[in-house]
Formats: sequence, structure tokens, C-alpha cells
Amino acid sequence: MTDDDRVFKALADPSRRFLLDLLFARDGRTLTELERELEMTRFGVAKHLRVLEEAGLVVVRRSGREKLHYLNPVPIRQIHDRWIDKFTEQHVTALIDLKRTLEEES
Amino acid sequence: MSDTQVFRIWIKASADRIWTAITDPEWTAKYGYAAPQFYELQKGGRFHSTATEEMKAYSEANGFPLPEVILDGEVLESEPPRRLVQTWRMLMDPTTAAEPFTTLTYDIEESGPGVCRVTITHETPGAPATAAMIRGNTDAGAEGGGGWAWVLSDLKSLLETGKVLASA
Repeated sequence: MTDDDRVFKALADPSRRFLLDLLFARDGRTLTELERELEMTRFGVAKHLRVLEEAGLVVVRRSGREKLHYLNPVPIRQIHDRWIDKFTEQHVTALIDLKRTLEEES
Repeated sequence: MSDTQVFRIWIKASADRIWTAITDPEWTAKYGYAAPQFYELQKGGRFHSTATEEMKAYSEANGFPLPEVILDGEVLESEPPRRLVQTWRMLMDPTTAAEPFTTLTYDIEESGPGVCRVTITHETPGAPATAAMIRGNTDAGAEGGGGWAWVLSDLKSLLETGKVLASA
């Protein structure tokens, strides 16, 4: 499996995307803190975190006896850079802004 | 958000080449924000980075002053080619310049034959403007650009292909 395959496979699962959402909102959380947010066993959450770590989307740092989980945005940035160049980015941003504005109105 | 941000990338290059690309001003002038970064690689050594001609022209055109030294700090640990710990302060912007020094750590670890895992850990307690800047901005043309994620992607591109992303 290539690095890209690992990233896309990790992102394909809704629970793993939810874990990334949680870390995006506030990272540096422990397994216990993350487990509280999901309807899932500790074992299940740990397994998902492992997949995210192997894909490079989550980095684990030790702080004393605790393992803290951080979102690593670099693989996402690499996906972005692969298909979106600086020129295209402006059009994409404009469209996303338009979508957001229109959806907020309705 | 916590006061710590972590950025990690795998690069097909030796630890020595990566160390040089991070600490040598001739290399740091080639990727990312392309401002040369100068290190005295010993505990207590000075770190600083100077504005590029492009940055000076931009600030002049937009009518705000730009200091000659745009980043400063002190080397806390230097263990070539594995680990560099330093303080780091951004002086380009008055808001970040007024914030306390932050702590930046580079870890370079061999993760396979010819491949290294590079991890940047940036601790920014009491420095929210600096934290926002290094996190990067997803909006096109926004101030600050892509932060560390973009700098690391660019470093990988340069070391693996000889080209930076902007010229790709």
C-alpha cells in the first residue's frame, strides 16, 4: 500500500473522519477523552486511531504517562497540492464561499 | 485548539540532507516562504531570518514597514542530524512580534531505507496570533499562506524532485 492509499483508506470511514473532526476542534486529547465522544468500545476507537496514525493523519505524543493525539494536516495539504494549484485555488475558494453564503440564507 | 501543533511528513532523503535543508540559509532560501534562515548551531546560539527582496517590495507597495529581521530566536538543543529545538518569534507582524517566544522542535528519524520521518512540534502558549499563522490559511491569497503543512510539503518536493511546488 502506498502512502496515498493509506490516507484515502483512513478517510473512507465515517468514524475516523469524526475522530479527525474532534481533533480539529481541539487536539492534544487522550484516548479516554476521544472515546467519550463516540458510541464505540475503547478497543474500537484505539483501532481507528491506529489506522489514522499509520496514514500520518494523527501524530501521538507522550506527555508523562499519557498519550496525546494531534491532527497532522500535512497529508491533507499534499492531497490539496496534488490537484489544486495557486490559480485554481482562487476559483475554488470563490465557489465554496458562494455555496456557504447561499446555504446560510436558506 | 491546544497550545501545541504537530506536523509530520515522510521524505525520501537522508537525515543529513534534511538537516542541511532546514539549517543552511542557502537551502532555506529555496522553499517555503524562501526567506534565508541563519542558525548558530549550539545551545544558546542565535537564530534569525531576513526578509527577501520580494517581501520588501510587497510591503513597500502596500505601505507598511517591514523589519530586516523577520524571525528571531535562540537555539536550545542542536543534535545534528536528528533534533533541533529552538525558540521562535515572528517579527513581520506587530501582533506576533508582541507575543512571547514560542518553542519549535524538529525531529528527523529514519523510518525505512532512505526514508526519514520529519516531525515539527510547535508550542505556542500565550501566542494565539502566531499559532493561527503557523496553522496556515486555507483561503487563497490570505495573509500568512499555508503555514508549516505547506512548508513541509514544499521541502519534500524540493528534496525528492529538485523542484519546489510554486514552480512545478
